[in-house]
Amino acid sequence: MKIFKLIFRNIFRHKLRAALTVLGIAIAVMAFGLIRTMVGAWYAGSEASAPDRIITRQAVSFIFPLPLADRDQIVRVPGVKEVTWLNWFGGVYKDKNNFFARMACDPASFTDIYPEYKVTPTELETFKKERNSCIVGQKLADLYHFKVGDVIPLDGDIYPGKWEFVVAGIYTGEKPTTDVSAMYFHWDYLNERITQTQPSRANNVGWYVIKIANPNEAATVSERIDALFKNSSAETKTETEKAFASGFIAMSSAIITGLQLISYVIIGIIFLVLANTMIMTARERIREYAVLKTLGFTGKHIALLVFGESLLMALIGGVIGIILLFPISAGVAKGMTQFFPYLAIAPSTIGIAVLFSILVGLVAGFFPATRSMRIKIVDGLRQIG
Amino acid sequence: MAEGIVQVRNVTKTYKRDTMQIPVLQNISLEIPEGEFLALMGPSGSGKTTLLNLIAGIDRPDSGEILVQNTNIASLNESALATWRSQHIGFVFQFYNLLPVLTAFENVELPLLLTKLNKQQRKEHVETALKVVGLADRMNHYPKQLSGGQEQRVAIARAIVTDPTLIVADEPTGDLDRKSAEDILDLMQQLNQEFKKTIVMVTHDPNAAERAHKTRHLDKGELTL
Repeated sequence: MKIFKLIFRNIFRHKLRAALTVLGIAIAVMAFGLIRTMVGAWYAGSEASAPDRIITRQAVSFIFPLPLADRDQIVRVPGVKEVTWLNWFGGVYKDKNNFFARMACDPASFTDIYPEYKVTPTELETFKKERNSCIVGQKLADLYHFKVGDVIPLDGDIYPGKWEFVVAGIYTGEKPTTDVSAMYFHWDYLNERITQTQPSRANNVGWYVIKIANPNEAATVSERIDALFKNSSAETKTETEKAFASGFIAMSSAIITGLQLISYVIIGIIFLVLANTMIMTARERIREYAVLKTLGFTGKHIALLVFGESLLMALIGGVIGIILLFPISAGVAKGMTQFFPYLAIAPSTIGIAVLFSILVGLVAGFFPATRSMRIKIVDGLRQIG
Repeated sequence: MAEGIVQVRNVTKTYKRDTMQIPVLQNISLEIPEGEFLALMGPSGSGKTTLLNLIAGIDRPDSGEILVQNTNIASLNESALATWRSQHIGFVFQFYNLLPVLTAFENVELPLLLTKLNKQQRKEHVETALKVVGLADRMNHYPKQLSGGQEQRVAIARAIVTDPTLIVADEPTGDLDRKSAEDILDLMQQLNQEFKKTIVMVTHDPNAAERAHKTRHLDKGELTL
């Protein structure tokens, strides 16, 4: 019979209380992990960005367009290998809740600059040839059951009117972090209609994506590009793709900070749940601890019993929480694929959850352990158990 | 005459309740020879349990000396006193005080976890102790599966398993029916007579005290007889 056995049996002395405490810890750890995973997913786009791509956008905001004519000047900047451009389209697919990124692109240069988007040669050929065609990411196709040949109707908002695009191909990602939840179609197709309906908005692009020869020269090349359009009606701001993606995240920084704050509040809740249980437990067992001391066990042994129980309960709850995190996170990833194209549990999240479980176990056990180890035997024996 | 195994010399003990000082023992001196079965009697609040606690090293006197086998236990620090208790004292409580999550075997084994005995040696000691108290067939039972008398037997087995110098018992029959109380007293007498154990027992019960070699009475913190 070892002390560990006693700790283990003590935990389940009050089965319902132990089960509720462990369940509380498990749910809190799972919620903590899920929030961290979702926050991590927010940054996934930024983390997946390529070092040899820089983005040129309107200096004031990326919502303002840039002239297509800028392309010819950018492509001649030393250090620039290739240039493509993108346009945020917006629009509504059947229902406003069906949100996913829809962007106009130049198919030829787009697929060269984004080699991580994998599409079969036949589908790519069709996409390049058919002006009203589009390609959709695998996750998007899975979510809305899009197949090659399907027509995707969109109600335009930024670009009013009824739009229809034929699915030419379904692209997959080179890496798990590659975003496969967007739709890309011909910028030419968009520009043609805009030229007819809103000529003043024609021949504009959202932003340029530039492939550079040497990632180490990103800053220099960016300066050269911005210098070209200094004092023009559409001054530019060029930055790395990572910085550009981070800019999007910054817009949601209040939400992300709020979520991170909640995740730490959850740690506080775990602590309170466990501390409450441990204080009750230790109070009930004062007499037993006094008996153990009478038999020759020291205060350190008693502290070990209390700490051990607190730590073990926190760890059991933590492990169950982490196990629960996997199916729940998979469910969230499936249900919210358009918001979280890449939702994966990072090893660091598991590590932090385990670390917090240990920390909470130790801190929650501290007060009852200290009290129990200091109790005088004669006082403890008088305690009615 | 040989010196007593327990020597209590001029011991005084006072408890504090808020600002009040409550004298419990006043200048007590007592000698207990080896192999003695001593009963301490007296009305409630007379200080008999306090004296027992002092002899057992679970409380400290305000003044005076308590020597057990010539060790002045009042001079030991907490850690040394805990080790001393584990080696020299076997406790029997009124309410048995067994751990409910442990079997009879595991409860008896508890004090041995503080020794250097290996698992097999501990097993042998525990089985022997349980045989002495007549509960070898109940070693895998939990306390709630035992009667009060059987629980007290397990507690006695726990008290003797380390072969202590002294067994102290605080009202060991106080929570038992007549028959069980007689059985426990028989057992304690057996430990004293057959195994030559020195026993100090606090009791209210004159019948229990009759089993002892000697009875000392306490009243208002003083030994009267």
